[in-house]
Amino acid sequence: MDVYFTREHEWIRIEGGVGTVGISAYAVEQLGDITFVELPKPGKEVARSEVLCVVESVKAASDVYAPLSGWVKDVNSALESAPEILNQSPEEEGWMVRLEISGPDEARDLLTRPEYDEYVRGLE
Amino acid sequence: MAASLFCFCRSCNYSDISAHAGILIPAAGHRRITCASGYAMNDLKQTPLIGEHQHLKARLAPFGGWLMPIQYESILAEHRWCRKSAALFDTCHMGEFAFKGDLGESGLGRLLSFRTDTIASGRCRYGFLLNCQGGILDDLTVYRTAPDGVMLVVNAATAEKDFSVLRAGLPDGALFEDLTPETAKLDLQGPLSREVLAGLCGSGVEEIPFFGFRRLELLGAEAVVSRTGYTGELGYEIYLPADRVAELWRTLLRDERVRPAGLGARDLLRLEMGYSLYGNDLDEATTPLEAGLERFVDFTREFVGREALLWQREGGLRRLKAAFRVASRRAPRHGYQIFSHGNEVGRVTSGAFSPVLESGIGLGYVTPEHAVPGTSLEIRHEGVSMEATVVELPFYREGSLRN
Repeated sequence: MDVYFTREHEWIRIEGGVGTVGISAYAVEQLGDITFVELPKPGKEVARSEVLCVVESVKAASDVYAPLSGWVKDVNSALESAPEILNQSPEEEGWMVRLEISGPDEARDLLTRPEYDEYVRGLE
Repeated sequence: MAASLFCFCRSCNYSDISAHAGILIPAAGHRRITCASGYAMNDLKQTPLIGEHQHLKARLAPFGGWLMPIQYESILAEHRWCRKSAALFDTCHMGEFAFKGDLGESGLGRLLSFRTDTIASGRCRYGFLLNCQGGILDDLTVYRTAPDGVMLVVNAATAEKDFSVLRAGLPDGALFEDLTPETAKLDLQGPLSREVLAGLCGSGVEEIPFFGFRRLELLGAEAVVSRTGYTGELGYEIYLPADRVAELWRTLLRDERVRPAGLGARDLLRLEMGYSLYGNDLDEATTPLEAGLERFVDFTREFVGREALLWQREGGLRRLKAAFRVASRRAPRHGYQIFSHGNEVGRVTSGAFSPVLESGIGLGYVTPEHAVPGTSLEIRHEGVSMEATVVELPFYREGSLRN
């Protein structure tokens, strides 16, 4: 079970052809209190880097991109009424979408956790 | 993920600063970051409390030409604390002027939308500095400090301009002085603010009426304490010498009922009350009549802008401020378009997620027939649509303001 990251601060945990997607603890920390989450409809097909979700915090509105291409299998609808879950547990309870991955080769471009941590340090 | 940040500086019209800042909120030391209006971080003025904010690890951002704390712990937590206990705000960026001379129609009174000569001693009055067209140059509060003297408190971004407009309009010989550099200001706001302050300066604070003030001794310094604010809660604005403010700040924060709050929380608190923010909801192209603030204009005497306002009132308004509530948690933002039955009828000037109502709320200007409570509106921005309904202000009615 491997977690990868994008430079746009999404994470994806890949298990047997299914990727669970969310935004990183660093991104959530930067956004501050999350007040609204818009999730896609299950069944929706997305290409890598297409808008997958929308997240609003008190001070920012953000698009969340698909880290890999695929079909939306499931969404974490608990976030719709309780978006603060994202602040409390961004990389566990705050998962946003499960994707049936259609482009597994694209994963080569993702960052491993050490690579992402290094990348984030460069942004500080 | 790509974020659109909503700039707090109010000088770049809430432009998207993500191009400058990535998803980063500018933090102390990020000298390379500028907002869209071009304020480099190191051109910004700093309040005497900058070291305190850095010590508390506040997120700092440009506001009105100043580097100000936007949040300490969390905007929502700070908002909540202000509504239930007492929040402490650094408002040293605001401008203070002293005037001594003719307060009547031939002096200061002619330059403001309201009479200053009828403000009772120890009371404050809110109103406007207008241009000849009736447009709002600033909104301000005037304190009657002496039989022939007042203190004027103005917004940070407009302070310099206000001073020169007022100076130019005042008769020779009037004493008019900018006290901003040597004057610090703290706002203590929240239902427990009175008992907190009484613990520091005695019972004198309990006698201050709403929109009144007293000179009180605070930690050995002479302070002006007014029962005013920008949150909808019982609260005080405290003016004291700049070299004494850090001590008062630290003393207040040692009280467990008090926590620091930044401009992020302040913006939510004021919006839940429907209070206008200069630069967003009010500007030189907007009159008090359009802003629904005619009660702060006294037409019974001459003042700059009077003719234009009478003419506008006679001719009918083309737009009017409306307050609206969104049907979801989505936040409208400054600049979003307002539609009704497919036609654009106005623009959003302020918007946020309201923690109290758990929905988006906003202010905007619309054609007058669409400003009537109950009217359905649609807010649009880049393919996003929000249903909204015009409501009466304030959004939040349970505050301790008049306690």
